[in-house]
Amino acid sequence: MKNPLSKTITQIEPSGIRKFFDIVSEMKDAISLGVGEPDFETPWHIREEGIYSLEKGKTHYTSNAGLKELKEEICSYLKRRFCLDYTPAKEVLVTVGGSEAIDIALRAMLDPGDEVLVPQPSYVSYVPCVMLAGGKPVIIELKEEDDFKLTKQEVLAAITEKTKVLIMPFPNNPTGSIMTREELAEIVKVVQEKDLFVISDEIYSELTYGSRHVSIAEFPGMKERTIVINGFSKSYAMTGWRLGYAVGPEEIIEHMVKIHQFAIMCAPTTSQYAAVEALRNGDGDLEMMHDAYDGRRRFLVKSLREIGLPCFEPFGAFYVFPCIRKTGMTSEQFANELLAQEKLAVVPGTAFGSCGEGFLRISYAYSIENLKIALERIERFVKNYTK
Amino acid sequence: MEGKKMEREQLKEAILKRIDKNAKLTAKELSLMLGCEEEEVATAVAEMEADSVICGYPTLIDWDKTNRERVTALIEVKVTPQRGQGFDRIAERIYKFDEVESVYLMSGGFDLTVIIDGKSMREVANFVSGKLAPMEAILSTATHFVLKKYKEHGITLVGEVEDERMLITP
Repeated sequence: MKNPLSKTITQIEPSGIRKFFDIVSEMKDAISLGVGEPDFETPWHIREEGIYSLEKGKTHYTSNAGLKELKEEICSYLKRRFCLDYTPAKEVLVTVGGSEAIDIALRAMLDPGDEVLVPQPSYVSYVPCVMLAGGKPVIIELKEEDDFKLTKQEVLAAITEKTKVLIMPFPNNPTGSIMTREELAEIVKVVQEKDLFVISDEIYSELTYGSRHVSIAEFPGMKERTIVINGFSKSYAMTGWRLGYAVGPEEIIEHMVKIHQFAIMCAPTTSQYAAVEALRNGDGDLEMMHDAYDGRRRFLVKSLREIGLPCFEPFGAFYVFPCIRKTGMTSEQFANELLAQEKLAVVPGTAFGSCGEGFLRISYAYSIENLKIALERIERFVKNYTK
Repeated sequence: MEGKKMEREQLKEAILKRIDKNAKLTAKELSLMLGCEEEEVATAVAEMEADSVICGYPTLIDWDKTNRERVTALIEVKVTPQRGQGFDRIAERIYKFDEVESVYLMSGGFDLTVIIDGKSMREVANFVSGKLAPMEAILSTATHFVLKKYKEHGITLVGEVEDERMLITP
């Protein structure tokens, strides 16, 4: 019998998170700080609008690129909050979560052998999606001493004549790192000089602390070479609705729509109606959740430092990324032992790239009460290992 | 000086926002969450207590889950306002009773909302017929008993809230 599988898929490793998930789910009464989704439920007025759309019988396909009113609201939202200018008819594609947008952007842009720069630690799907699109991922290892920001030198060092796309994963999952306007300006220079394209995953754009998120697409000359990916999961606590979007130049979006059309048809209709309500009347929800995360973030960073785990201050997303090297354990050992001894699940930094070794991803998408319990456990655990 | 005052006001507002739903947060915890010194929080809270901005720290109890019988009634009251004192004097005569939980002056079809907590329906009935209704300025009362409390002070009292999320997600 012939091998039923493609060479590419057999080369792709299962997600490191998956492996850890299997261990955690077998443990009874474990508590977790390992979740990459908001603890808030979707605000009721948004859910209610979804329900109402079902009652009205809005149960059919929408046009491939998404509901006209949703695309209009997306453009008005991006203009209002991030100074980005896009036209609803040609430059927006509504997708099944940001994940689909990442996948089809890469598939639309890559030819076999094209290289894609992937800064790590970062979200688990970039590398597999590049490979599935026939491209070659080139990892850029971000450094703790740079607060896990991407630098011009790192990009320059990784560029070859085959480099086509740079992935910009900021605000970053798992480190919580962000890029300021000045830091982005340096990257913009390289991108334009070397004629690269950018896929900017801005799914955490509403969750920056102390400064507003700046999109790389806002820089002069960048709109035509950037696909911005965003969605509703993190900002409006709508993970289960599976709704995201990509905006970019018409010539790329047009072809992404083709892939989306043949593979997916359209994003879920109910979710699209709910999302219209989110964008029209949800600014208050954004603020409420942002403030709650910000309080927990400060609380967690200071408490971890007091416990003796060095932790750079993350200004984005809802993760902290403390360094655990002083315990002498690897990230995986630490996570496994913490789970075994204290029944507390956190994610080893290595799940987001090998340069995450020595770090843990701790999520603060949890109530302060839960964080307090978890911190007590971490403190007890760390004390035992640093005597 | 002006900037300092502004900062203090912002800190107070931030503290209130957080303790509004959780009075158990300590000054230390609040200081960690707000990125300031513990002492600043303690001073701000003390000032707000002195200024009666913070008037108390009651506990939200769902008495239905205890053995104690308790009845809540909402009474719509129509009154004759008194010259020179408006509704304040009559409101005061009502809110001074221990049984009275809350009193609000209302716009619309009646004047005062009076919320009573009693041990039994009889106790509430006795209060309304014996104390409240006979007051001179009171024209009429309409008593509504609470059958079930679903939500109070922004907190849902019915149903268990469970974390539906998977334990680990990317």
